[in-house]
Amino acid sequence: MATSYIPLLIILGVSVVNAVGMAVASHVLNPSRPTPQKAMPYESGMIPLGDTRARFSIKFYMVAISFIVFDLEAIFLIPWAVRMRELGWGPFVAVFLFVVVLAVGLAYEWKKGGLEWD
Amino acid sequence: MTLDYSSSFHYLVALLPECVLFVGGMGVLLAGVSKTDEQRRPELGWLALAVLAAAAVANGWLYSVSESGATAMIAVDKFRLFANWVFIVGAALTIAISLAYVSRQRLQAAEYYALIAFATVGMMVVAASRDLMIVFLGMETVSIAVYALAAFNRRDPRSAEAGLKYFLLGAFASGFLLFGIALIYGAAGSTNLQAIAVAVQDGAAAGGLMIPGMALLVTGFAFKVSAVPFHMWTPDAYEGAPTPVTAYMASAVKAAAFVAFARILFVGLDGVYDQWFPILWWIAAATMVVGNLVAVVQSSIKRMLAYSSIAHGGYLLVALVAANDAAAAGLLFYLFVYTVTTVGAFAVVVTVGRQSERDTAIEKYAGYGWRRPVLGTLMTLFLLSLAGFPGTGGFMAKFYVLQGAAEAHLWWLLVVLVLTTLVSYWYYLRVAWFMWMKEAPEGAVHRVGGATPFAIYVVLLVCGGIVLATGLLPGAAIDLAQGSVEGLRHWVAGTAPAH
Repeated sequence: MATSYIPLLIILGVSVVNAVGMAVASHVLNPSRPTPQKAMPYESGMIPLGDTRARFSIKFYMVAISFIVFDLEAIFLIPWAVRMRELGWGPFVAVFLFVVVLAVGLAYEWKKGGLEWD
Repeated sequence: MTLDYSSSFHYLVALLPECVLFVGGMGVLLAGVSKTDEQRRPELGWLALAVLAAAAVANGWLYSVSESGATAMIAVDKFRLFANWVFIVGAALTIAISLAYVSRQRLQAAEYYALIAFATVGMMVVAASRDLMIVFLGMETVSIAVYALAAFNRRDPRSAEAGLKYFLLGAFASGFLLFGIALIYGAAGSTNLQAIAVAVQDGAAAGGLMIPGMALLVTGFAFKVSAVPFHMWTPDAYEGAPTPVTAYMASAVKAAAFVAFARILFVGLDGVYDQWFPILWWIAAATMVVGNLVAVVQSSIKRMLAYSSIAHGGYLLVALVAANDAAAAGLLFYLFVYTVTTVGAFAVVVTVGRQSERDTAIEKYAGYGWRRPVLGTLMTLFLLSLAGFPGTGGFMAKFYVLQGAAEAHLWWLLVVLVLTTLVSYWYYLRVAWFMWMKEAPEGAVHRVGGATPFAIYVVLLVCGGIVLATGLLPGAAIDLAQGSVEGLRHWVAGTAPAH
């Protein structure tokens, strides 16, 4: 049984060697000529302004939480959906109840104003 | 009707009280969502109480349902149904003492009552589960709802602090719990308690994984039941949380953790009793000693009751260490009496604080008994019951736990229990002393406030009645508890494993 995992181990090994090798090789082989532009955190990017610990509006968190909820809904629904006909009515009812619970949550969020930006 | 779980419908029947309460909780949530006017708050509480009553009816109906075998993921046994009574009574009393508090503090009533309902669903799932994954699922349902409840008063920084501390340490404890479950699964090849017990008996469960798994599981539950040395979060969380929520955390939430702990230890890990016995022995002794000694020096009544709840956790752990039928029945009886007494005591704390977080210092109780004789008398009764005074339910509860401990020959734990109980008289009676023996300080006008809400009077009378009834005539309740643990510990030999 354990032998069937050997290809996985090989992939893991190759990817680790590859990643470490590229990082080390570029560090060793690259000529280093630092200029003020290159020393900046984001070369050719925006110049950082202010503190990193900025406070975000709570609205962004609302979006994030809603996203996670419905993202996870998809994760649960897709495995069921691809085997729907074979699984029959029992799982259908279970998934239906799951979606009903989520719908109640959505209705709650909607009425509470969680979907409005302002 | 007999359930064999051949169709998914049987699961719905087995989980009927949970389903009723869950759907009802969603109903409360939706009923309150568009109501912004202040007047609606108590109605939502009454709606939640009605939902709990429906769940209680479903729970009573489940007594007529039997299951074939005792290996299914969802147990339909009397142990679970008795535990459900404790949760339902605890939640109903909590909601009743919250009615005025929620209005007064202008909390979001729909979410508040719905979260209590959802937490109660989680507790019922915990009590019903014969599978470690379902235990974890239920514990998380309880915990996440109660984290939110602890931080519910968002205008109060102490409430936020309580919620954050409870959340961080609770999540940490869940990690221990889950890791322990993973190791036990690795050792026994199953998360089903029956299968684990069989694997341990047959010697199939490797000790190298089983013992660390058991130790991590015990650690996780020790956090959840706030046993020493994992009790650090308890005083802060209990002090900062809104007082009715503190009552709920100290009573029903603790009961749920103990019920799950008992089933796991008595059924799944019975074969490794010799390994968990010394661990729990020391945890129980330390919890009783530290909880009681630190409670003595508390000046806030909420902190005092928090340490008192830690100490009571120690007494309950003695019942777990004893691990016999008498102790298991004592545990259920204790949980019931303790839940009722604690909520009763907190009902007085809420009233003294005039539906807010004021006047939690024990000094503020000076002279209170003479100004409000009914409240003072009942508070004294609850404190005596918590201390275990003869004639109250708390005495009989301790008596039955002691009986179980004596049957298991745990003489030293028994001595520790009795001695720490004597210590506990000091801090419980100190409050009574302030209420009756001390005058209110000169100039400090004791604002008695408006009339005590009707619901709080009902709670106080119900709690007081139950405390006296279980103290003077414990026969019916202990018979029910003894009937509820029959077969809990012995079904491994009687039934074939599921696989």
